[in-house]
Amino acid sequence: MSLLQIEDLRVHFPIRQGIVFERTVGHVYAVDGVSLSIEKGQTYGLVGESGCGKTTLGRAVLRLNDITEGSVFYQDTDLSALSDEEMRKRRSKLQMVFQDPLGSLNPRQNIESILVEGMEAHRIGANRTERRERAVETLKAVGLPATALSRYPHEFSGGQRQRIGIARALVLEPDLIICDEPVSALDVSIQAQVLNLLEKLQKDLELTYLVIAHDLAVVRHISDVIGVMYLGSIVEEAPSDALYETPRHPYTKALMSAVPVPDPDVEDNRERILLTGDLPSPANPPAGCRFHTRCPWRQETLCDTERPVLTELADGHRVACHYAADIEAGRIHPTRQLASAILPGAEVQTEVPDDAGHV
Amino acid sequence: MALLAVDNLSVKFTRRGKPDFQAVDGVSFAVSEGEVVGLVGESGCGKSVTSLALMGLLGDHGVSVGGNATFDGIELLKLRKDAMRDLRGRDMAMIFQDPLSSLNPVVPIGIQVTEILTRHRGMRGEAARKEAADLLDRVGIPDPTRRLREYPHQMSGGMRQRALIAMAVACAPRLLIADEPTTALDVTIQAQILELLKELVDSEGTALLMITHDLGVVAGLCDQINVLYAGKVVENAARRNLFAAPTHPYSVGLLGSIPRLDAPRGEPLTPVRGSVNDNIDWADGCAFAPRCDHYTIECLQGPPALTETYTGHGYRCVNPVIDHTAPAVSDTEANS
Repeated sequence: MSLLQIEDLRVHFPIRQGIVFERTVGHVYAVDGVSLSIEKGQTYGLVGESGCGKTTLGRAVLRLNDITEGSVFYQDTDLSALSDEEMRKRRSKLQMVFQDPLGSLNPRQNIESILVEGMEAHRIGANRTERRERAVETLKAVGLPATALSRYPHEFSGGQRQRIGIARALVLEPDLIICDEPVSALDVSIQAQVLNLLEKLQKDLELTYLVIAHDLAVVRHISDVIGVMYLGSIVEEAPSDALYETPRHPYTKALMSAVPVPDPDVEDNRERILLTGDLPSPANPPAGCRFHTRCPWRQETLCDTERPVLTELADGHRVACHYAADIEAGRIHPTRQLASAILPGAEVQTEVPDDAGHV
Repeated sequence: MALLAVDNLSVKFTRRGKPDFQAVDGVSFAVSEGEVVGLVGESGCGKSVTSLALMGLLGDHGVSVGGNATFDGIELLKLRKDAMRDLRGRDMAMIFQDPLSSLNPVVPIGIQVTEILTRHRGMRGEAARKEAADLLDRVGIPDPTRRLREYPHQMSGGMRQRALIAMAVACAPRLLIADEPTTALDVTIQAQILELLKELVDSEGTALLMITHDLGVVAGLCDQINVLYAGKVVENAARRNLFAAPTHPYSVGLLGSIPRLDAPRGEPLTPVRGSVNDNIDWADGCAFAPRCDHYTIECLQGPPALTETYTGHGYRCVNPVIDHTAPAVSDTEANS
């Protein structure tokens, strides 16, 4: 049994209009049918661009957003069926590290108060001295001195604040930590420190992580399994190395080819798959495959009409694309519809097969 | 002769009740036509202040700017305000990081684009509107005539950044300064924008000064790279030289900090320890010394000089990671 199992999770936010009589005029389909499972001690990386629903998914696991449909099993309990009070008690085992380290720490609370508050709420530690000791130990584990206890969030640098955020999650002895963009607000050199810390803590404390990030390189670095999200659903899921070596969904291919690599040789020789246009609105997602409006491999049939489901193509490698197998076998070629967006005045060619054979 | 030559630029902020803050401390570099030069560094290293100083956008109070900067022979730092206004937007233009806060939220895109055309090219009415639509079309905004009537909030982040680029290139500037132009954008949109900038440089011969923290972006785009730390250029080299033989411990640390998409899972990162708060004053020695693994007592004997190898690879370090054994000239002015 997996530590965490999400089954067909849906989170829809109603769009309301009207002043006196509010009525719902539609929904934002932030998360629309996501299933995934995370094993104990594993890191699951959830990657996607802004607006794809990855943060909403993470928050829904902790019930910080209402779940519209579907279930979240933690060990054997369905979290979505718990009462608010029961859920609150569980949260010591399911913690979250937020993106903005300053915004998620109360500026008027000192570090001791921030760390002890959770312990008091969950009745961890018998008395003040014990809690304080535990706070000091945790601070040490995240690489901060005990003198930090009496200081306030503004006295720390961004990287240190993120360490405090991690310590706040750790004092409650959680099994699962959901890290929502844990390093995106930090400078590169500090980013690496925090990533290394997360890995060390995982090893020492046998933690399980759900890491949510937009940076594919960060996710690849830290995750065992990666799920790629696009407009509310997972389009591809695979072990980290397999996803990098053989990305099978067109969106994953495009995403991978867009990530800059700090190496001139790689940069000069790679084939970029440039996507046209922007992410469609999640309030009005396209019919059929949600990626078909931007997909260079779009076909006449199925893509516009039928929504593909995640199918296992190789060991642990699941892809939601009608034509993934055909693309891989080289039976379908991408169309060069990207030309118009890049070269001013270039003709839009949509039916020319690419003989060079894109990656 | 380079189009833009910056020599020993320094910017100091004076703060009431606090010691002065030297944001930029003797920065020198040059940008030629059709060339892309990168200024790389983390927050607080002075890269944005450098660009603002060049564009004359720093304001008058509490700032003192020193050194020289010439654009096509014109002394930028001594230029009168009205002359600078003529130059800015016409011959040299800037693309900012945050497209939403760089656009006026209550004015339609069309008016914001035509404003530049009116100011610098004297275009009015229908002609200006048509030119504005052409510009938006050139940067890949579909249905430009409709977009001209829209407000910034109606556009996506990528579209806004395109609109900003359209405004920047409206007068076919000879120098474009891009300050983190893709940081606020998603990777797939970032790839589109970078491709667009590359296209501009290749087809128009525009000189591009690229300011970014992302070494990946630099690796694909820049010809010449300057790594900034605490207001000084600590290493400068041609793109391939920098990545093949990073010499300053800070550059090595930066490269070791970045998780690479093509590195196998589990390969440990080797971050720079500490944070910029640990810096010491350049006057006392190398500002990076407290965070450096190659630190020795020599590091504390005044600011390290810039050493330049015969390949034009410069570094400001007394204990470089790579010993460039080739005959080297040690000269603080070698970079100009």
